[in-house]
Amino acid sequence: MTMSTDPWVWLAALLSLFIFSYLYKDNPLFKFAEHLFTGLSVGYLIVIYYNNIVRSYLLNPVLADHRWVLLVPFAIGLLYLFRFIPKLSHLMLIPIAITLGIWNGIALPLTIEADIIRQMQGTMINTSMFRNPWDPYTGLAVGILIAVGVICTITYFFFSREHKGALKVSAHIGIWFVMIGFGASFGYTVMARVSLLIGRLQFMFTEWIHLIK
Amino acid sequence: MKQKLPLLIVLVLGIFFTIQFFVPSRASEVTYQTTLQWWLVMSSFAMVLALGSLINHHALKIKRRKEGWWNSWVTLAGIAVMGGLGILGGPSFRMGWANDAYTRLFLFVQAPMDSAMFAILAFYMASASYRAFRARSREATVLLVSGFVVMLGIIPFGAMLWHRIPDIAEWVMMVPNMASKRGILFGIGLGATATALKIILGIERSWLGGGGK
Repeated sequence: MTMSTDPWVWLAALLSLFIFSYLYKDNPLFKFAEHLFTGLSVGYLIVIYYNNIVRSYLLNPVLADHRWVLLVPFAIGLLYLFRFIPKLSHLMLIPIAITLGIWNGIALPLTIEADIIRQMQGTMINTSMFRNPWDPYTGLAVGILIAVGVICTITYFFFSREHKGALKVSAHIGIWFVMIGFGASFGYTVMARVSLLIGRLQFMFTEWIHLIK
Repeated sequence: MKQKLPLLIVLVLGIFFTIQFFVPSRASEVTYQTTLQWWLVMSSFAMVLALGSLINHHALKIKRRKEGWWNSWVTLAGIAVMGGLGILGGPSFRMGWANDAYTRLFLFVQAPMDSAMFAILAFYMASASYRAFRARSREATVLLVSGFVVMLGIIPFGAMLWHRIPDIAEWVMMVPNMASKRGILFGIGLGATATALKIILGIERSWLGGGGK
């Protein structure tokens, strides 16, 4: 068995092992890797912000195209830094207010459309479902099942009235749907994590210690 | 005035961008795009603020010689090295050696640690699922079965056991899972709409600090 002679491969493998060492218990090697990971991730974020936003939307338009008007959002953005001057820290609320105003204004109609109206449309029984009523994905039976599932799930989360009578039955069916949904999401997430683990082990066994050819 | 101006900004911008969504004109689209560009420039200072706080936190840890202070040097070095190399090797300065080192740091240090960090969650999820999935009630059994079917359905072993298992897993994801997610999405949509309205109208003021008073 020959091992890799590439120092970068060794570095990647050892750092992965440092992180896996946390499975035994918290230790200095894991702490080192954790802090290094934090630093590099922040550094990477700085690069993304600089190259994709500061350079593209501020430096190039102002310095090359002389679009001086962009100094206005630059000046407003500077107000964030008043956070470090206690007497003037309230000025930081202005860029926060602009952000909240813009994004809540944009989100309001979009949320109503995407999360409410579109979901209602998707839940409604339509004529195309009658063409092949027993189709497991698009048939009428499935359409009814989905409509019942959605209504029952909503009633499970309806706390304005005590769950008694019909509401109790509906909420009880709702929790079954919720459990199926949570179980499916859990299964999917676990498999995503396991595939990452397999990827790491594959790297170590193929590229580092050459156990798998 | 310290609080009235930010509230007024949120109100005006919130109403403007809500209406803007319903105005299909070129002027409206240009306003939207320009605002997004301005907001990106402005928001880059929030990144500066976050970076300042992180550096301050680690600098204090080093200064006060708190437990594990030497790891703070690792984080600060990681930020400086990754950020510096990325900017020097990026389109602004185009230094080939810096770009090469940055790419190697990303491929052999950051990406492996990223995968390893998420991969160890697989073990914790497995132990958490052992506790949560013990079929103590009918609902917990539904969660267990749903998760198990989905996990089995997306690995080749599932198809080896029975060729219909992947189809069943897909059906679980597409029908009962979707019904529950849709019900939850309705709740999220209604909640997000109510929160956006409360912020725009100045009913929700906790973002101003001081507990919203």
